[in-house]
Amino acid sequence: MSALTYETVARFAQQGGTLYFAAIFAAGVVYALWPRNSETFRRAAHLPLEKDEDNNVQA
Amino acid sequence: MANVIRTESLGIMNQSIAGQDRAPLDALLLYAFTGLAALGAIFATAFSDDRLFRFHGYLLIGAFVLAFGVLTVALNSGRLRSSESHYSDGVIRAGVIATMFWAVVGLLVGVVIAAQLTWPNLLYFPEHGWLNFGRLRPLHTSGVIFAFGGNALIATSFYVVQRTSKARLAGGAWPWFVFWGYQLFIVLAATGYLAGITQSREYAEPEWYVDLWLTVVWVAYLLVFLGTLWKRKEPHIYVANWFYLAFIVTVALLHVINNLAMPVGALHHRSYSLFAGVQDALTQWWYGHNAVGFFLTAGFLGMMYYFVPKRAERPVYSYRLSIVHFWSLIFIYIWAGPHHLHYTALPQWAQTLGMTFSIMLWMPSWGGMINGLMTLSGAWDKLRTDPVIRMMVVAIAFYGMSTFEGPLMSIRAVNSLSHYTDWTIGHVHSGALGWVGFISFGAMYCMVPWLWKKDSLYSNKLVEWHFWIATTGILLYICAMWVSGIMEGLMWREYTSQGFLANAFVETVAAKHVENIIRTVGGLMYLSGALIMSYNLWRTIRLPSPASQTAVTAPALIPAE
Amino acid sequence: MKSVWNKHGVLERRSILLTVAILLVVSVGGLVEIAPLFYLESTIEKVEGVRPYTPLELAGRDIYIREGCYTCHSQMIRPLRDEVERYGHYSLAAESMYDHPFQWGSKRTGPDLARVGGKYSDAWHSDHLIDPRSVVPESVMPPYAFLAKKELEQKDVEAKLAAMTKVGVPYTQGMIDAAQADLRTQADPFASSRDFRGRYGEAVLQRDFDGDPARLTEMDALIAYLQMLGTLVDFSTYEAEENLR
Repeated sequence: MSALTYETVARFAQQGGTLYFAAIFAAGVVYALWPRNSETFRRAAHLPLEKDEDNNVQA
Repeated sequence: MANVIRTESLGIMNQSIAGQDRAPLDALLLYAFTGLAALGAIFATAFSDDRLFRFHGYLLIGAFVLAFGVLTVALNSGRLRSSESHYSDGVIRAGVIATMFWAVVGLLVGVVIAAQLTWPNLLYFPEHGWLNFGRLRPLHTSGVIFAFGGNALIATSFYVVQRTSKARLAGGAWPWFVFWGYQLFIVLAATGYLAGITQSREYAEPEWYVDLWLTVVWVAYLLVFLGTLWKRKEPHIYVANWFYLAFIVTVALLHVINNLAMPVGALHHRSYSLFAGVQDALTQWWYGHNAVGFFLTAGFLGMMYYFVPKRAERPVYSYRLSIVHFWSLIFIYIWAGPHHLHYTALPQWAQTLGMTFSIMLWMPSWGGMINGLMTLSGAWDKLRTDPVIRMMVVAIAFYGMSTFEGPLMSIRAVNSLSHYTDWTIGHVHSGALGWVGFISFGAMYCMVPWLWKKDSLYSNKLVEWHFWIATTGILLYICAMWVSGIMEGLMWREYTSQGFLANAFVETVAAKHVENIIRTVGGLMYLSGALIMSYNLWRTIRLPSPASQTAVTAPALIPAE
Repeated sequence: MKSVWNKHGVLERRSILLTVAILLVVSVGGLVEIAPLFYLESTIEKVEGVRPYTPLELAGRDIYIREGCYTCHSQMIRPLRDEVERYGHYSLAAESMYDHPFQWGSKRTGPDLARVGGKYSDAWHSDHLIDPRSVVPESVMPPYAFLAKKELEQKDVEAKLAAMTKVGVPYTQGMIDAAQADLRTQADPFASSRDFRGRYGEAVLQRDFDGDPARLTEMDALIAYLQMLGTLVDFSTYEAEENLR
């Protein structure tokens, strides 16, 4: 436990945080740009445009 | 408290499994819950010797007994049965009314405290401490952020999640619990501030028992929202729901950690924060900044991603961009809190990290702004013909402006001037009045004709009036605060040629008098806009419904001339 | 493909996956920035002179919080030339180590109060709180005349000290047991102070703060708190190198 000084914790946090950030960002971009998702996204983008203001749940 | 939460989750889960034609189990569980809560409140009040705790105890008894009575009648009349073939819109209609009510209250208190700083001799009452600035200011901030903003978020999230999932809200009667439970939280918080019950954590002032109550309500909210997603008939979760979900989940996390505290007694209103000093400050501003990021940004972006495309009758400019926007926004926001603590006793690396991420935040924010604005490409004429669209577009513009100003103010050198001054107040209001207020007003203007089955709003002319009065009010407000903030920042650090401080503190107070007047007028104009809107919505609700319900498909989408 | 999509299990898993991903993404920033602080020497290290609040000061601090003073007054002097010259030595982390919660504030509608202790007389504070514009004509501060009339609530002071010990403030059992007596002793210049000073140090202030010896009012408590703010550390002997911010 002696290794857990402020400096080591802070350094680990800073370096790990950077790596983690890069990984998350890459994953997000890959998911967004993945070719197979494009049809799903196209359909999803049109979801709000359906005429659903009335009270009936659509099939 | 753990038991309470468990009961609720069971209630919602059972409900989604149980058949719809049998006795509504969700309602029975809610009935039992309010009964037990009423009993608990009676005992807690009876055994407490703390005057302020008893005051809230009486409020709780009143609320739970009333709820129990209403549920008794409703259960007997069989009204709590719900049909899966209809969206549950009643709770959203209630949410719209609550949103407008609290908007007027919160804005009114804001105007009052602005006037107090302008004319202190007229508006303070030496024997009535509960009307002093220090007690009214949390009432204003919580009233606007949590009461107005929170109700707008709950109402629109219930609307959006049902429509984009093509499923009725989960949990039967429990969405009503979320609604009324949240109103009870607001009343407890607001009366608490006036009575002097506060933790002094900015934007998290309510004391420990009110925090616990909000936790219960919030868990129910999360389960209703998730339960509706589980019933959805669309494979993909529409991106607006991602933003709403991030708002709900993250606010829960922030709320619980920031409010960790030790009560003075089980039946005592006061508590002491678990953390102290530097740790406490960073925890609080990690919360405070992310209340902005997840309550005032992510949630309202969810609103933008549904209502702007819907109203413009165009899909969002780039769905892919909205996904990148989502992940980068929620990741970067959470780091930015330390910029509230520049030059304090917080370690420098944490300050620098907060500043770096605040500047990085500029990118996803503007990505989102571009995505919202460009949704109108090919339909820019609607800005001229439809004041509701114009209101939402101006909201997005204010979002862009305040998310540019924010990173700027997080730079240490700028912050050394801007911190502690009115500049911060101006920044907050360009976000709150411009972005949060206008996008919510836009969503309300869209939803009211849909929810009450009207062809259109009562008057588009009044929307025009609202728009121009409120926009002028915002501009007056933020310009006055820029001037007074930068002025007082410069005056504080001004030196005479002999090397002495040039101004006593009070001279910087006196110098702001004119700006304070302008700010009060700006706030008053914004409040007037909200009153005009309330009148317009009320008249819309009172309009005769179209004769044939089947004819009502998408009336509000056609801009009324 | 379509039939798989329609399975409930998939739908539920996706929304839970989204929830978990959100939690993972948002918790990292907090962990990286906040967690190391609990290992930070200078934030948990004691500086000579810093002590827990006396019962009267703690009661005054609770009034300060109740009235929302933090909405207009900061208690955090930044290491900038004008601030140090206007308010005094910049604030040390250790000076707020017993502040549950911290009172650094975020806005200076009024001046910083981190070192207001000893700058003005008790009578000035009392006059100023009762009617701020009687002593500072341009002030926009609310009046607090009612504090001078309101008896200080004394019965829950032991419970308050005990709650503070549970969050880590080193009050001894002796301090908790004597809390009510100490509360009255500090506001009574004629009371025997030996035990009280033994518990909280020789430098602690003991006098009738509100100028009304007959009663122990909320004004007594609030002024006792204001008059000790920022006075605990003796900066003529304090060495900055040993206490990095």
